[in-house]
Amino acid sequence: MDTLLKVNGLSKRYGSRQALDSVSFSVDPGRIIGLLGANGSGKSTLMQIIAGLTPAASGEIAVMGKPLGKETKSLISYMPDRPMTESWMKVRDAVAFYNDFYADFDGSKAREMLSFMNLEETSAVSSLSKGMNERLQLTLALSRNVNLYLLDEPIGGVDPVARDKILDAIVRFYSEDSSLIVCTHLVRDMERIFDEVMFLKDGRITLHEEVENLRIKHGRSVDDMFKEVFGE
Amino acid sequence: MSIEFDNNLPIYLQIMNHIKRQIVSGLLLPGDKIPSVRELAADLQINPNTIQRTFQELEREEVVETKRGLGRYVTSEESKIMAIKKEMAGDLLHQFIHGMQELGFKKQDIVSIVKEAVGNDGSEGRKEERANGHTAES
Repeated sequence: MDTLLKVNGLSKRYGSRQALDSVSFSVDPGRIIGLLGANGSGKSTLMQIIAGLTPAASGEIAVMGKPLGKETKSLISYMPDRPMTESWMKVRDAVAFYNDFYADFDGSKAREMLSFMNLEETSAVSSLSKGMNERLQLTLALSRNVNLYLLDEPIGGVDPVARDKILDAIVRFYSEDSSLIVCTHLVRDMERIFDEVMFLKDGRITLHEEVENLRIKHGRSVDDMFKEVFGE
Repeated sequence: MSIEFDNNLPIYLQIMNHIKRQIVSGLLLPGDKIPSVRELAADLQINPNTIQRTFQELEREEVVETKRGLGRYVTSEESKIMAIKKEMAGDLLHQFIHGMQELGFKKQDIVSIVKEAVGNDGSEGRKEERANGHTAES
């Protein structure tokens, strides 16, 4: 199987703080990977670097064998932890905006996801609750046909019922030969949708393992191990 | 379908057991179609590769069979289903005996306790016998 994403020796500093410290890992196609860490562990920084939104100080990233750059933009879809839509937009406008912006946007998939998410095309984006907004952002991100999806805290601020809906949508709508990197600190709610998890602590990857292997080897949940490592 | 998962144990094993229980209890009948990977993954909110692994293991154990292009079906071999029943009964027995031994009961004690408990449960036992007799005749 060809590697979908290869990250090698990635480092980044913010002032005196080492946000990422020579991070290396690779991702195969068709995988859902949980990027887990406490607040400030470097998760979002790592996601933003892979998404091409902020440069790394050193290290290399390759997507489908191509170095990160203009060419790889059409291979990656990023769901930010803060919405990228404008406040004047209706849901319909947000979808049209994405449709204009990305050649790989799949309008019929977007409509299907909107109805699954119970989102009205005529609602104003600014009137949506936090949970509904997350549903919209997820719809927009997953409606692009790309190889790698990056979801930053997709269930960050929503109640358990809405969480279920979002998890359901992720499993239902991601395409099987692509991969997903999902960063979250809500490990217990999400661990069952992961193939692999990576623990990011103080800018370093301290563990990268198949989730079922962890359960077989240690007889413990990812959440348990997460709590031990991050000392909640 | 909903399952209370224990995240401390491999999920694929829990789903395997769940499907086996459905077969043994008759909720899934021999020859019944089972859901696709995608359907089950979405229903249970489980990683699709985990469901895939569940199905592969069930196929390896010949509990389900794949018909090319049609999907997966519960085996129509009664002997397989009996084997699952035996396996599950074995697990139950093992747990029970282990638990009784932990309580300090000796082998003979356990046997006589079980005998007494089954004997007291006379009415249900007779009903079962009748049902079994009926299937044998028809």
